[in-house]
Amino acid sequence: MKRLDKNEELCIACHACEEVCSKAFFKESNLEKACLRIIEGEKVKIINCTQCGVCIDICPVEALSRGSNGVVRINKKDCVGCLMCVGFCPEEAFFQHDDHVEPFKCIACGLCVKACPTDAIFIKQ
Amino acid sequence: MNIENMKNSHKLLKKYDYKLGTIDKGYTNRTLYINLDNNTIKSKAVTEEMKEKFIGGKGFGLKLLWDAVKPTTKWDDPENQIVIASGPVGGITQYPGAGKSLVVSISPLTGIVIDSNVGGYFGPYLKFSGWDALEIQGKADKDVIIAIDGNTGNVRIEEAPLEAVDGHVLGEQLTEMYADSEKDKRHISVVTAGTAAEHTLIGLLNFTFYDIRRKVARLKQAGRGGIGTVFRNKNIKALVVKFSGVKSDLNNPHDIGLINRAGIRLHKEIRKFDDNQCRMRQVGTANIIEIMDEYDLLPTHNYKFGSHPDTYKIASNVFRDKYLTQDKPDGCWYGCSMSCAKAADKFELKTGKYKGDLVTVDGPEYETAAGVGANCGIFDPEYILENNFYCDTYGVDTISFGTLVAFVMECYENGIINKDITGGLELNFGNGEAAMELLHQMSRGEGFGKIAGQGVRRMKKIFVEKYGADPEFLHDIGMEQKGLEFSEYLPKESLAQQGGYGLTNKGPQHDEAWLIFMDMVNNQIPTFEDKAEALHYFPMFRTWFGLCGLCKLPWNDIVPESNISAKEPAKIPEHVQNYVDIFNGVTGRNIDKEELIVQSERVYNFQRIFNIRMGVGRRVHDAVPYRSVGPVTVEEYESRSERYDKQLIEDVGYNPEGKSTEEKIKVMREYREDQYEQLIDAVYKRRGWTMDGVPKVEKLKEIGMDLPQLIEVIKDLQ
Repeated sequence: MKRLDKNEELCIACHACEEVCSKAFFKESNLEKACLRIIEGEKVKIINCTQCGVCIDICPVEALSRGSNGVVRINKKDCVGCLMCVGFCPEEAFFQHDDHVEPFKCIACGLCVKACPTDAIFIKQ
Repeated sequence: MNIENMKNSHKLLKKYDYKLGTIDKGYTNRTLYINLDNNTIKSKAVTEEMKEKFIGGKGFGLKLLWDAVKPTTKWDDPENQIVIASGPVGGITQYPGAGKSLVVSISPLTGIVIDSNVGGYFGPYLKFSGWDALEIQGKADKDVIIAIDGNTGNVRIEEAPLEAVDGHVLGEQLTEMYADSEKDKRHISVVTAGTAAEHTLIGLLNFTFYDIRRKVARLKQAGRGGIGTVFRNKNIKALVVKFSGVKSDLNNPHDIGLINRAGIRLHKEIRKFDDNQCRMRQVGTANIIEIMDEYDLLPTHNYKFGSHPDTYKIASNVFRDKYLTQDKPDGCWYGCSMSCAKAADKFELKTGKYKGDLVTVDGPEYETAAGVGANCGIFDPEYILENNFYCDTYGVDTISFGTLVAFVMECYENGIINKDITGGLELNFGNGEAAMELLHQMSRGEGFGKIAGQGVRRMKKIFVEKYGADPEFLHDIGMEQKGLEFSEYLPKESLAQQGGYGLTNKGPQHDEAWLIFMDMVNNQIPTFEDKAEALHYFPMFRTWFGLCGLCKLPWNDIVPESNISAKEPAKIPEHVQNYVDIFNGVTGRNIDKEELIVQSERVYNFQRIFNIRMGVGRRVHDAVPYRSVGPVTVEEYESRSERYDKQLIEDVGYNPEGKSTEEKIKVMREYREDQYEQLIDAVYKRRGWTMDGVPKVEKLKEIGMDLPQLIEVIKDLQ
């Protein structure tokens, strides 16, 4: 299964990962539209999807499914925007923005990994 | 029977094409009117005043029904209507419990307005198809289906001779017929009654939603008051609406962010706390079966008692562990993460015309388990599921069925009726076989089932007039008021809940006020004034759900962390603010929690005056049977004599020492009945009504509801 993993101790909270993600997904630089989040504090926290699949069963319209590489994807056409996946994600790594009806999540594409200067995030197979 | 044959047998009586229009901040600003006498279909405008005064949902239903009927209209007169409406908030997908349909009609049981709040997809789909409400007046000559296609914009009235009448079959047939593919089935919602709705006065409406995982059309019920009976009397077989394209912004809300934030907050609360609070996602409302028993509140043996040693056999975990399929998204509208619409799959029926079939049973809800089970002394989970299934598909209300069977059983055990009268059915408490047969008779329109199906009020009259029963005793034990059977809580030890049942508009249903724990268990409302305040606030607050297209359950069946420090925890202040937010978020208005109550007061007083207009709705009609207030019989008193003796000493100042049980019952009764009258005085005062229960003109002025047609009804009663 392909998924994003992390080593939070290495994170310097430069937010380059969020930026590249939101640009890839929404064609704009907006940290609130990234599929992962860097939370600054005494210790930096990285909120990321583990592809655990809890959201698949929560979705009332079967808009979420696991692909052959193990990644959970959303079918925006079927999604009704109920945001139950956002509320029920155990990692709180399913995101939404009021500009969009459908929520969004990490698909382990790896763009953020390339942008990360410290190897704090990486793709695990 | 194949679906194609059924479809080919349809005869088109009328087709009406309409422009799809847009929804603006929760409103389509028009309603759909259909008259089956002459197959008229037309669009009616919704005015700004209508939105201001009536909000939507039940408010719209009441307003439209008022305009349609006369004070003399009976339930089976053609001018009686069935009105179905969502509400301005209805159809949002982000906040749990936002897909309700509100149904109103003149009830065959009560002769006044009944309102029922039901899940399933019909209400939201109706709105997304372009209609804030659907009014159906008149009667068809032959069985018809009314079909609305909300994507192409047309309404069809079609004769439909071949389809089934029973809800679970008809729901499937029409879902299949109107869907283009398996995937399209989710876009269909069907409203049906059932065969027993034709032969009884307790008929209900089933509203479907297609369960894409179980691949079955699920049934949610507009249960109370016999609307299914009106439906079949109008020769309506079904309503169908088809709409595809649901998204969270279809209401064109003013501020979607307010709605999104409230929704996510609540989803998270449910995720974190439901397993340790109400377990709605595991067992639905059935979670309280054993809790009610523990507090002596679970009606058993026609509300004689509040608990039973066999309750463990029907405890919620029995249903969870053996019957209810777990981990399915059981919301009756999109986005309901509370997901209380539980189901038992592949349940094999043991009796009746579908014997041997493997079916999906919706439920059981608490009310059903308590009503058809405990209240009838039948502590058998498989009986409860089977009865639940047949009540739904035959189209009868499980609450009325449970309460009226319990009444019949007490009459049977007292020798008021016997085997000759029941056609051989031995209707003792606990006899599930006889009770099932009674239900099957209701479906077939045969035997004693036909009499029982008239409801408790009419049975009392029949038993007195035909079988010489003592009218006073029947009045004491017949658990109905205004003609509606009580729902399933034992209110004897909670004066506030006696009022919660007695001082309702439609009859004794707990959806207006459920105050037992506040009153009896937590002692938060000790004085008459406290109880009156609760009997003002909570009925008004709860009325509001029905104005907006919302469900009550996500309000207080999940409790947020903030409640620990809340000043008025029973109100769940954080959730009240959620409702203010989602209403403002959709409509762009700027209400606060006080204005929310005034919105309800307008409609609540309108409904009260509607009742008065129909000849009901005065103080005399708010009286309740003594079984709901205190012990009627020696058996009841003596079963809890320690409690009652103590109350006689402490509350009444009467020494029970050496007195007979009959004497003690009499003294207790005088005291409790007086308490109830004092409660009525306090509640009427708080609600701004006269001591006869009539809203005062000044009250109507205060809330901006001094409409000429209302003043006309009450001006001579001030």
